[in-house]
Amino acid sequence: MSVSHAELREVSKIFPASGGQGDVHALGPIDLNLAKGEFIAIVGPSGCGKSTLLEILAGLALPSGGSISFEGRPVQGEVPYGVGVVFQEDASLPWLTVWDNISFGLRREGTESAEIKRKVEDVIAFMGLEDFARAYPAQLSGGMRQRVCIARTLVLEPRLILLDEPFGALDQQTRLLMGDELLRLWRKTGATIFLITHAIDEAVMLADRVAVMSARPGCFIDMVKTDWGTNRDSRVVADPRFGTLTARVWTRLREESLKSVGRSNRATAVALS
Amino acid sequence: MSVIPEASGSAYVAGQDSARAMQRRSLQRLLDSFLLIAALVVVWQLVYWKSEVAITGPIETAKTSIELLGSENFWTHALASGRAFSLSLLMSSVGGVAVGLALGAHRFSGAVAAPILTALYTIPKVTLYPMVLLIFGLGISAKVAFGVMHGIIPVVIFTMDAVRNIDPVLMKTARVFRLSPRETAFRILIPAVLPEIVTGLRVGFSLTLLGVIIGEMFASQQGLGFMIINGMNVHNVRSLTAVVLLLLLFAVASGTVLLALERRLQR
Amino acid sequence: MNRVTIVRLCVIAGSVLAVEALCRFGVINRLTLLPPSEMATYLLHLLGSGEINQAIVQTFSNVAIAFILSVVLGFLVGAVIHAIPRLRRACDPFLASYYSVPVFVFYPLFVSIFGLNRWPLIMIGFLFAITAMVIATLNGLDRVPPVLLKLARVHRMSRSAEGLRIVLPAAGPYLFTGVKLALAYSFIGVLAGEFILSGGGLGYAIAYAYDAFDNRTMYALMLFVLIVVTAINSALFIWEQRLLRRRGRG
Repeated sequence: MSVSHAELREVSKIFPASGGQGDVHALGPIDLNLAKGEFIAIVGPSGCGKSTLLEILAGLALPSGGSISFEGRPVQGEVPYGVGVVFQEDASLPWLTVWDNISFGLRREGTESAEIKRKVEDVIAFMGLEDFARAYPAQLSGGMRQRVCIARTLVLEPRLILLDEPFGALDQQTRLLMGDELLRLWRKTGATIFLITHAIDEAVMLADRVAVMSARPGCFIDMVKTDWGTNRDSRVVADPRFGTLTARVWTRLREESLKSVGRSNRATAVALS
Repeated sequence: MSVIPEASGSAYVAGQDSARAMQRRSLQRLLDSFLLIAALVVVWQLVYWKSEVAITGPIETAKTSIELLGSENFWTHALASGRAFSLSLLMSSVGGVAVGLALGAHRFSGAVAAPILTALYTIPKVTLYPMVLLIFGLGISAKVAFGVMHGIIPVVIFTMDAVRNIDPVLMKTARVFRLSPRETAFRILIPAVLPEIVTGLRVGFSLTLLGVIIGEMFASQQGLGFMIINGMNVHNVRSLTAVVLLLLLFAVASGTVLLALERRLQR
Repeated sequence: MNRVTIVRLCVIAGSVLAVEALCRFGVINRLTLLPPSEMATYLLHLLGSGEINQAIVQTFSNVAIAFILSVVLGFLVGAVIHAIPRLRRACDPFLASYYSVPVFVFYPLFVSIFGLNRWPLIMIGFLFAITAMVIATLNGLDRVPPVLLKLARVHRMSRSAEGLRIVLPAAGPYLFTGVKLALAYSFIGVLAGEFILSGGGLGYAIAYAYDAFDNRTMYALMLFVLIVVTAINSALFIWEQRLLRRRGRG
């Protein structure tokens, strides 16, 4: 029984009443143990609290109840060292070149410039961004910009990487290729990966296990182990088990999605009346 | 639109709020505005205590203002300004929207005109006043010219931008629904451009007023601008401050109304 | 140079030539308007003789001071208002109608505070320009993408680091717009003040020439103001375009 890399115990989030509505019970209770070096994916219907969960785990938000720990130490409203986050929106800094973007975090931590140069160039080589090092994000495609953001996170050598629907804004084919990239990066760094996605095939293809969340308030209703080998890539779609696993996830998820859609339709109807 | 400053609306999260909550927020905003006004009045009083010579205190000014509102002399001047202002406003708005629509619709002309308009906007038009006087003479037409000079340009710029920025998807939608040109204009184009045009009209309103008043300050024997500069010249600080206050109230009131109209359209 | 620029230059040149022709052929009365060529020649004469140097220096230094004050204070005030939402909601209607008020009316107040020197004029330019900077600052701070603020927290940045390295650069383009406008309005405010209220400088020189029926000087000075202000504003505009191109905006 290995020591958890990160732990969520009875984490819940309630947003207080505002604007004539009661408290919104957004999330939980959630219990989760992340093993060191594992790749876990979270899927769930819209509004189930997946992003809230990620932000709580990252220390970007405080839970209403429960506790979070990373490497044995509690996480409380501050992002711990060793945790990296990749967001869905484009977080590349438009006024810096790709090179300066990637070195952004290093320059803060007072690392020496020779050291910075080495690390940045390593990551640039690893991510295949050599040709674009002097370009500005505005000159790159959406996929490239996300790679810059990932590179910027990687260069700090995080031990836990949280990704909130990082490929949501990309087209399907780019997404599949980025998935392969993510796996490559995972193998190289040995980091624990926590991926939120709404794409079930992506979750099943990439992760060691897939956690299925219910509609709001989000709780885990299923944990699907994929048992793929470490050396997998997107071609795992050809494996017969891929279909079964995806089907299992979607069956549980479909009910929850319908609930979520029904609820949001009703809320809109109430607001319009 | 980057050239012209306009109040950026405070962004607040639109949620599934009940009507009562929104009412509560509007009331709070009103209260906050009153608090701000009260704070300004206090500052005014303090400044007055420091330099009695240059302006009058709030209470005196309020009294004088009420007196003025009752005096025939004031209304003669106010109506003179009002006439010039209404005419300029009409010409700036109608002319500005018309020119703006044309420049927006015809891409090439719009591209040619854009920097020229920006340049016209930023030059100190006051320095051109003598030329206007030489052309129009010393009468209401000069005043109207001043007002139009100042007010028409923002209207043109905003209207032109609004038309140029119409999302092409909207035009494609109109064609998919096989709308006639008239239907396209009324059901798709006008609703799409209206908010920004209203913003332009709001800015145009302020600047037209400014143009007319400054014109009166420089070269007129009639009007509120004249009352102000006359007050300055004969050191009639009481009357001067009162006129300024009334003008200010008019400007703020109309500005608030237009802003509210603009907000409603942007929903 | 593309088609649009060429056509634009033709339009401008054509208008000037048209006015020139109308003046020369007597369609426009000499007492009303001088031919542009004469305006230009007399302007060169004035510049050469050094008669207007004092006025130029005075106006430009007034503008410079008003400009710097309005940019710095405008940014600070904008940042404060942005940080206090209640204050902002209260200020909005006032900011919107600010430009209707002829700020020249505060001139006597400034004279009694600063004395009869250049400072009342500078204050007028300052008052004209500051609101543009405040509004631009509010706009810019509004438009910092929230994801970048989250990024600052992921990198555990202090408030000051976040402000300097994320908020300021992100708001940069909008702040630059404010600077552009502040400069334009400083010119407008100072020149209008000099024009209506006197006190020296180019604005006053134009008004004086008008009162003295000296059309030559008046138009020469007008031309000068027009050219200089347009040139400076255009330069800023072109610089802004270059900066924006890197960012893929504008």
